[in-house]
Amino acid sequence: MKIGQISVFLENKPGHTIEPVRLLARAGIDIRTFSVADTSEFGILRMIVSDPKSATDLLQKAGYVVNLTEVLAVEVPDRPGGLAGVLEVFENTEINIEYLYAFPVRRGDKAVLIFRFDNPDAAVARLQRAGINVVETLEVYQH
Amino acid sequence: MSTLCEVVAARFQPASSPDYVPREYLRELQSARLRSIVERTYERVQLFRSRMGRLGLHPRDLRGIEDLALLPFTTKADLRDTYPFGLFASPMDEVVRLHASSGTTGKPIVVAYTQADLAIWTNVMVRTFAAQGIHTGDIVQNAYGYGLFTGGLGAHCGAEALGATVIPISGGNTDRQIMVMKDFGVTVVCCTPSYFLHLLDRARELGVDVRSLPLRVGVFGAEPWTESMRTRIEEQGGIKAYDIYGLSEIIGPGVAGECVCQTGLHVFEDHFYPEIIDFETERPVKDGVEGELVLTTLTKSAMPMIRYRTRDITRILTEACPCGRTMRRIQKISRRSDDMFIVRGVNVFPSQIETALLDVEGTLPHYQIILTRAQGLDEIEVRVEVTPEVFSDKIGALEGLHSRLIEALDRVLGLRVRIRLVEPQSIQRSEGKAKRVIDRRFEDQ
Repeated sequence: MKIGQISVFLENKPGHTIEPVRLLARAGIDIRTFSVADTSEFGILRMIVSDPKSATDLLQKAGYVVNLTEVLAVEVPDRPGGLAGVLEVFENTEINIEYLYAFPVRRGDKAVLIFRFDNPDAAVARLQRAGINVVETLEVYQH
Repeated sequence: MSTLCEVVAARFQPASSPDYVPREYLRELQSARLRSIVERTYERVQLFRSRMGRLGLHPRDLRGIEDLALLPFTTKADLRDTYPFGLFASPMDEVVRLHASSGTTGKPIVVAYTQADLAIWTNVMVRTFAAQGIHTGDIVQNAYGYGLFTGGLGAHCGAEALGATVIPISGGNTDRQIMVMKDFGVTVVCCTPSYFLHLLDRARELGVDVRSLPLRVGVFGAEPWTESMRTRIEEQGGIKAYDIYGLSEIIGPGVAGECVCQTGLHVFEDHFYPEIIDFETERPVKDGVEGELVLTTLTKSAMPMIRYRTRDITRILTEACPCGRTMRRIQKISRRSDDMFIVRGVNVFPSQIETALLDVEGTLPHYQIILTRAQGLDEIEVRVEVTPEVFSDKIGALEGLHSRLIEALDRVLGLRVRIRLVEPQSIQRSEGKAKRVIDRRFEDQ
């Protein structure tokens, strides 16, 4: 139900994104999707990869600060109001969405979004009650 | 206490100013004053008495200045440990002024003055200004900060007693400083050298050519500065730039100052006796050899300091000064024997920065302090390596860490510090230890 996301601390300097990405490439680890959050001085590279455990070890050995967090891959109807419908599930609840970004594969008429909740277990329960599909494993999106 | 006049009168040589007294008489005066100050401190300061006791020493064992090295040292830690008033040798009803300066633990160190101490302070500042060719009729813009810091009031009282016209403008508000300098016909400015450079830059932006103003002398202190900075200040400001040296623990500004020859700072030895010691052996070195400056106040009542370790590195210059003053000179100070540095007149120890980092993060991350100077103002940047313990995938969490670090450093130092979060291992280490302080303030100046 929950998917591992790895986050890497990077300084916001030219060339700083390529090194960790290159490391993963050399190890044959596939980056399924990613997002970068940044300030003027630093950034956080967040990635969903084919093998989060090995990717974490590899990056840590190379000296990066890495953390592994659980995120949810949520199917969102790909039509006007689709995202709003999902977000409404969490309106007036104690559950916070920290951030979200896209997964670049569609499933039928559904888009897939990666959600980072402060309380993923509570979020899963809410989504299921609302009849919204939380993807079990990203392997079904093998392209 | 023997007065200078008594010593001189006992001989035959008249002296118009104590600055020119023959050295043998000066030495006699110093010996008499040392015996008397040691006696006073022994009677009134418990810490000194117990240290003397441990060394098996009594004030009567002291013949004169030749025995100074027998006496125990006093350090900044002693001031901290006895905070606030533990080293005072005068009852509070004789103390007329308190000043304070930053210490290493957030608590300041406190210094005290009797009426007589203030008169000494004024006297040495008058002699400082006079040695720099400042006189009645000069208009002195005193841009040292007034307040707990000794710079403002120290320079103020000296310039006023000299008979100059003092403008007590204090620090800051550069545009107003420039306006006053121009409109009041200021001839002398007192401030930190870095602030004066900033003032020059701002004047240029405002279209004011400082060289065309009546300003002719700058009295600069409270932070180390280099000869190349002096050249720049003198060229761009069209002035003579003089270095002054002092520290609150001894009296404030007025411990030593350059004369018009600009070749070292004359120490006002009739009040403050200088020794240079080897860092390792802690034994006095010969004149001319570099070491740590140790000062003994020979006349101060409220807070006598016996062999105070300044941590400033210099040497005593052996040649006689062309100006004829017999007061020995120390070389311009540019380094310290500990890792303290001075930013905008504030003493900063890396240990203070460590305390703040530790408070915020729980463990001490690798860090590096970078000092730079922009528009004449010193900036501190602290680079902090991000550790797994504090790292988060949420940008808000890192931004929160960033601002907590800034606030913690502000609390400890009273200075706004720039924090840069950097990748692990990005701070260079040599033999496993990172170089803590990189000072780029004097590059390209």
